[in-house]
Amino acid sequence: MAKTVKVYSTSTCPWCTRAKQFLKENNIEFQNLDVSGDQLAADEMMAKTGQMGVPVIDIDGEIIIGFDKERIKLALGI
Amino acid sequence: MKIYDLIIIGAGPAGITAGVYAARQKLDFLVISLDIGGQAAWSGDIENYTGYQFITGPELVQKFQEHMLQYGPLLKENEEVLELEKSGSVVRLKTNKADYQSRTVIIASGKKSRELGVTGEKEFKNRGLTYCATCDGPLFAGKDVAVIGGGNSALDAALQLVKIAKQIYIINNTAGLSGDAILHRKIEEAGNTRILNNSSVVAVLGEKFVKGVKIKTLNQEEELAVQGVFVEIGLVPNSEFAKGIAENSQNEIIVDAHNQTNISGIFAAGDVTDVPEKQIIIAAGEGSKALLSASHYLSKNNF
Repeated sequence: MAKTVKVYSTSTCPWCTRAKQFLKENNIEFQNLDVSGDQLAADEMMAKTGQMGVPVIDIDGEIIIGFDKERIKLALGI
Repeated sequence: MKIYDLIIIGAGPAGITAGVYAARQKLDFLVISLDIGGQAAWSGDIENYTGYQFITGPELVQKFQEHMLQYGPLLKENEEVLELEKSGSVVRLKTNKADYQSRTVIIASGKKSRELGVTGEKEFKNRGLTYCATCDGPLFAGKDVAVIGGGNSALDAALQLVKIAKQIYIINNTAGLSGDAILHRKIEEAGNTRILNNSSVVAVLGEKFVKGVKIKTLNQEEELAVQGVFVEIGLVPNSEFAKGIAENSQNEIIVDAHNQTNISGIFAAGDVTDVPEKQIIIAAGEGSKALLSASHYLSKNNF
C-alpha cells in the first residue's frame, strides 16, 4: 500500500527541490507544504521536529529532517 | 584494492566540470562529495554565467549535474573525505564510508560558512539560527531577525529579508559596512533595517527556539529580541583533510597555474584554492584546467 508522504519545504531551498525531484523520479506521490506561505504548515513542522530547517519529510509518521536519501529509501522501502 | 585514474573530491562547479572533462577523456574515475552543487546550490540569482542571462543557483546546479550524469560517472554522494595521503605513486583516501586509491586526485571541495563560535550557536542551529538566508529566509515572515556580518553576503541576506521579516538588525563588527555601495543604498532605502556597527555577537539566546542575541557594542552589552539569526561572516575552505598539502594563511590550497599542489598527482580547483576571485565561472574553468593537468600527468607517467 502506498505510504502517505508529506514534504515541508520552501520554494527557495535547493535541498527541497532535490528531495521532491527524488520522490518524483521514484514515482512517489507526496503532498508538498510550502511553509513560507502557510503558517499552519510551518507550525506543524516545528511541532513535529522541534526545529525550523527544511526540507522535512514525513513518511507515514516517520520524520526525516533534511534530504537524507538513504533514510528516505529505507522508509519508503525502495 | 582497485586503483582509479582519478578521484574528484567535491561536486560543485569545479568538481562537476572536471567530471565532465574526465568522462569525455574516458578516465576511470570517481566523484566523492558531501553534496551536489556546493555553494552554487545556495546562490540566489545568477546573471554572470555566460550563456545564461538569468538563472537561479539550484537551476544551474541541476544543469551541471545533468551534464555530468549523462556520462554515467561513479558518484558517491553524502560521502566525506577524512584523510588523504600520497604513498608511492598512489594517493590513498579514507572517507566516512570506505577507503580508495587513485593515481591522481582533484580537490574541489569548496568552502563552507564560517561559524561564530559563540554560546548557543550549535544549540540553536536550525532552531532560528541559519547560515542560508536563501533557504530559510521565508520561514521568518513578519518576525524580527538579526543578520551577522557586514560584507556582501550579509547585505545580500539582509536584502532578501527586507521583504519578508519585520525588523532586520545588521550586526557588523567593524566601523562601517564593507559590502558594495549599491547594496548599502538598497538597505538604507528599505526602511526596516537597523545597522549596528562596531558590534559583535556574544551569545545566541533562547529556549526551544531563538529568542534573542546578546551583542557587545564598544564594551556595552545589550540584548536584542529576535526570532531569527542569519550568520553571514564569510567562508572557510573545506581543506581540513588535506594534511601535508601547502595552504596559504587562509587555509586555501596553494596551486600553480596548472592547478598542481605541492604534491605531484594531487591537483586542486575552485574556491578551496588560492586562485584569485571566487566565482562560479572561474571555479568551472579551474575544474577543467585541473582535469587537463591530471590527464597530462597520467599520460606522462604512463599510467
